Amino acid sequence: MTSEFAVELRDVVKQFVTPEGNLLNAVDHVIMQIRNGEFFSMLGSSGCGKTTSLRLIAGFEWPTEGEVYIEGKLMGHTPPYQRKVNTVFQNYALFQHMNVYQNVAFGLEMEGASKSEIESRVKRNLEMVQLTGMERRKPKQLSGGQQQRVAVARALVKTPDVLLLDEPLGALDLKLRKEMQLELKALQKQLGITFVYVTHDQEEALTMSDRIAVMSNGKVQQMGTPVEIYERPANRFVADFIGESNFLEGTIKSLSKLEAQVFIPSLNTEMNAIPISQGLVNGEEVVVSIRPEKVRIVEESESKSNLLLGRVTDTVYIGADTHIFVDVNDVKIKVWEKNRMSRLDPESFYSVGQEIRLVLMAENTLVLKKD
Amino acid sequence: MLQRLRESKSAQGTLLALPTTLWLFVLLILPLFLTLIVSFGKRSPDGNVIFTFTLDNYLRLLDPLYLQILSRSLTLAINTTVLVIFLAFPLAYFIARSRPKRRNLYLFMVLIPLWTNFVIRVFAWMMLLRKEGGINIILGWVAHSLNIPFEPLEMLYTPGAVLVGMVYEFLPFMILPIFTSLEKIDISLFEAAADLGANSIRTFIRITLPQSMPGIVAGTILVFVPVMGTFLVSDILGGRQVILVGNLIQRQFLDARDPPFGSAASLIIMVMTVVVTYFYTRKFGFGEEIVAA
Repeated sequence: MTSEFAVELRDVVKQFVTPEGNLLNAVDHVIMQIRNGEFFSMLGSSGCGKTTSLRLIAGFEWPTEGEVYIEGKLMGHTPPYQRKVNTVFQNYALFQHMNVYQNVAFGLEMEGASKSEIESRVKRNLEMVQLTGMERRKPKQLSGGQQQRVAVARALVKTPDVLLLDEPLGALDLKLRKEMQLELKALQKQLGITFVYVTHDQEEALTMSDRIAVMSNGKVQQMGTPVEIYERPANRFVADFIGESNFLEGTIKSLSKLEAQVFIPSLNTEMNAIPISQGLVNGEEVVVSIRPEKVRIVEESESKSNLLLGRVTDTVYIGADTHIFVDVNDVKIKVWEKNRMSRLDPESFYSVGQEIRLVLMAENTLVLKKD
Repeated sequence: MLQRLRESKSAQGTLLALPTTLWLFVLLILPLFLTLIVSFGKRSPDGNVIFTFTLDNYLRLLDPLYLQILSRSLTLAINTTVLVIFLAFPLAYFIARSRPKRRNLYLFMVLIPLWTNFVIRVFAWMMLLRKEGGINIILGWVAHSLNIPFEPLEMLYTPGAVLVGMVYEFLPFMILPIFTSLEKIDISLFEAAADLGANSIRTFIRITLPQSMPGIVAGTILVFVPVMGTFLVSDILGGRQVILVGNLIQRQFLDARDPPFGSAASLIIMVMTVVVTYFYTRKFGFGEEIVAA
């Protein structure tokens, strides 16, 4: 490991021509630094540029502008077979005419490894993904989860510097997907190889990643740890895409480094909040965001600040939580309450029409750019 | 009766299979059986069949003259198939790799000749190959402009002419199944191979070729079997020089009026074809594309 970064994208643009003949920046001036040994996810909905970014690292695509570095080396037009990265494909892309052993051995044969070396390395990797005894099976004779393991073993047997995974769990059912998430994460910890993981599933990204890049429209919206992304979303898009949020539009009345006062016209009230987005200015039209699980329902309030009076319009019992919809001055606020006590009649918790007080604590109330 | 049919799954199955069975019986089993009976018969002086049991017709096929015809047919069928594979593969590969719009145009071009009558197409080759035909005319022009003395080539009525005709006739039947299997290959397989360190040549040998094998197998069957039986190409382009089993059989039925011998020859060529196809498919697997083609 010669470089601090396993992968670096320096202001990369990838332009495609759409079928209509327009130019489209699938990846739009992306700057990304992926550290050695980290589990890095690119998260976004389809068409956000995450897969294209991955393919640029793999070498299946070359950037229109900017440069890709792997282990500090400029990649330029280096073909995939000369890069020290390997890919686990979305649909596994297993060679159907070869059995499990031959699939995993393929990459080593291409390196010209000796027969005995191939044998021991294939054996070790199949052990690692718990597929010992399946060597003679064809991919078609395996379950989805097993095929996925073959794809992982086939890529890892090459001992890449970076393993690229393109929605590798997309085709699996929920339960298996959760199992495989933990397995992949454990594997990454054990091997210490950099994983670059592409997914559209925010929960998956939050569960597995050391750091996440949230992408949309070919741009990186925010890069950070799962906690940073969830607790301190950089803008409205990220706050909306990851988890759920209540958004209130308003104007900044006063602003310091750590605190802001925002006037919310729809509620006819001022709120204390913390400025999050970069470059906020006094008087700016902004949006205030608060997570539904962070809204507190109180009986009696000590202070009058950030206190809202509302009426319950609906309650939805969903097992661990109850979702309460509250009407405050014709503004709908979502509140999630943990069901800490067993109540056979969830209606008894909060009933429709009931008046309640909500506290939006300043440290959980975030001021974001309106974009 | 209807009640029983409702209850019994196997009775339903039998009933559903009945039309197919009947079809196969009337159009395949029965004629084959008749051919078999006739092949054991004798020819009456006026060209009728006398039903008896004799192996004379089969023994007659051991005559060096006929053995030569059999081996010539087999060799020609094999040569045609191999040549067609080598010609069809690059073309199919090119079509499969071209853009979808172009791809349809190319496939259309492959199919156009099939809309013209078989006999007419063979005659067209006769026009090209004969002494005063198109190819000799062009060669003559070239030779003339280069000041080389030129004697028109004798191409028609040679084994080469028959081979050219056969290859031409059966090329589409190889292109289509190979194209189908090449087109079905997922592009991510090529990317995976590249990702694992294979350059384009190795990707071709290790991935493309094996994945297109079902198409090659299907095409081989579609070409080899008809070439073994056809008589038109050799009749028109081979004249009296190139007699194949197909011609032999045709003449026994139409000219020599010897159906028993013709039947025996038919059955022998069928057995030969089945044996070759059997060992071939056992080695390379039965092409799934034979259904698709």
